[in-house]
Amino acid sequence: MIALATISIASGLFVVLTFQLTKSRIEANKQAALEQAVFAVLPEASVRKNYFLDTTGLELLSDESFAEANIFAGYDAKGELSGLAIEGSARGYQDIVSVLYGYSLSNESIIGITVLQSSETPGLGDKVETDPDFLANFVKLEASLNQDRTALENDIVTVKNGKKTKPWEIDGISGATVTSKAIGTALRESTNQTLPLLAKHKDSLQMTIPMEKGDE
Amino acid sequence: MVKDPRIPESLSWDTFLRGLWKENPVFVMLLGLCPVLAVTNTAINALAMGVATTFVLICSGILVSSLRFLIPKQVRIASYIIIIATFVTIADYAIQAISLDLYKALGAFIQLIVVNCIILGRAEVYASKNNIVNASVNALGMGVGFTFALLCLGVVREILGNGSLFGFDLFGPGFQPWGIFALPPGGFFVLAFWLFLFSAVQNRRQKVQHQKETLENAT
Repeated sequence: MIALATISIASGLFVVLTFQLTKSRIEANKQAALEQAVFAVLPEASVRKNYFLDTTGLELLSDESFAEANIFAGYDAKGELSGLAIEGSARGYQDIVSVLYGYSLSNESIIGITVLQSSETPGLGDKVETDPDFLANFVKLEASLNQDRTALENDIVTVKNGKKTKPWEIDGISGATVTSKAIGTALRESTNQTLPLLAKHKDSLQMTIPMEKGDE
Repeated sequence: MVKDPRIPESLSWDTFLRGLWKENPVFVMLLGLCPVLAVTNTAINALAMGVATTFVLICSGILVSSLRFLIPKQVRIASYIIIIATFVTIADYAIQAISLDLYKALGAFIQLIVVNCIILGRAEVYASKNNIVNASVNALGMGVGFTFALLCLGVVREILGNGSLFGFDLFGPGFQPWGIFALPPGGFFVLAFWLFLFSAVQNRRQKVQHQKETLENAT
């Protein structure tokens, strides 16, 4: 029994030690991955700010607290807001598919998406991450609000491959029907939930940020 | 053939090579098939899984072997599991620190190394009865054998299912990948193919040896 207890205590110490040693690296990796995702969906952005949005308002967070944020604002080289990166998720074929999408306030449309987490079938469902025709849907996907700013004018939907006629429709992938539909659902739910709130609290969003000198 | 396990064996090439060929954990003992089927859809996943398992095998082997006189017989399995779990957690954090993409690709299978019967089997059958050097050499052999087996599957499945190897495109854009090999059924097909090959080679070897012996007896 003493042996078992000693081994357990030593193991505990070991694990804590490893946790402490790797913590900063893991944190940095996570931040880098997120940063990469944000800049992937907002092609013009070069600086990121973290925001937290809920029914009470929009709050600017510090640069370190990216884990608590649910909206990321991207600013271009001149310090002007180029778009917002927002998360959305829906049930896919295997598990939850979560995406990050770039939303442009000026032309009220989605300007890019990237898959944050998915365990979709390799070779079929995971095509949504690589298929160029599918990704072309998100160069300018309409997501404009209706007159009273309470919901979307037209819900985003995924249609069958080759059947896209409207600017708010996503042209699905045949062979990855469930996953491309899941992405449509994720975008529809997230835009309907987030964008009206965002319109309400738009004033707390910084439209320009001061850029450091010599950073031209 | 079966040696008395209570007598510690002397160190030889065989200590290492056994895990690679004669007692290969996957192709001969058919152990740890869960990760073998699940994470071999690409060669890089297979390699990472193999390296992580080898790390846990060696570290737990060394520790179990060095504590073999201190651990009472009644609590030995619990002690082994704690030791193994510790190293699995360390490997888990290390992989997260090295690459998040790799960590996502391997998913739950890193944590599941804890219940991989190869490792507990080595601790119980070998490390707890042999000295540290033997235990680590044997664990290294088993780890390399496991990695080899994973790579055998991973390479075939990635080439056929994705048209690439270690992420490099092999055939260009005109290649139509044979998708099923990246899916779970492909894992079973490729495993069956390798098992067939392995046992065919081993059968032939035994036959040749048998013929030789009968010839020698006859003369």
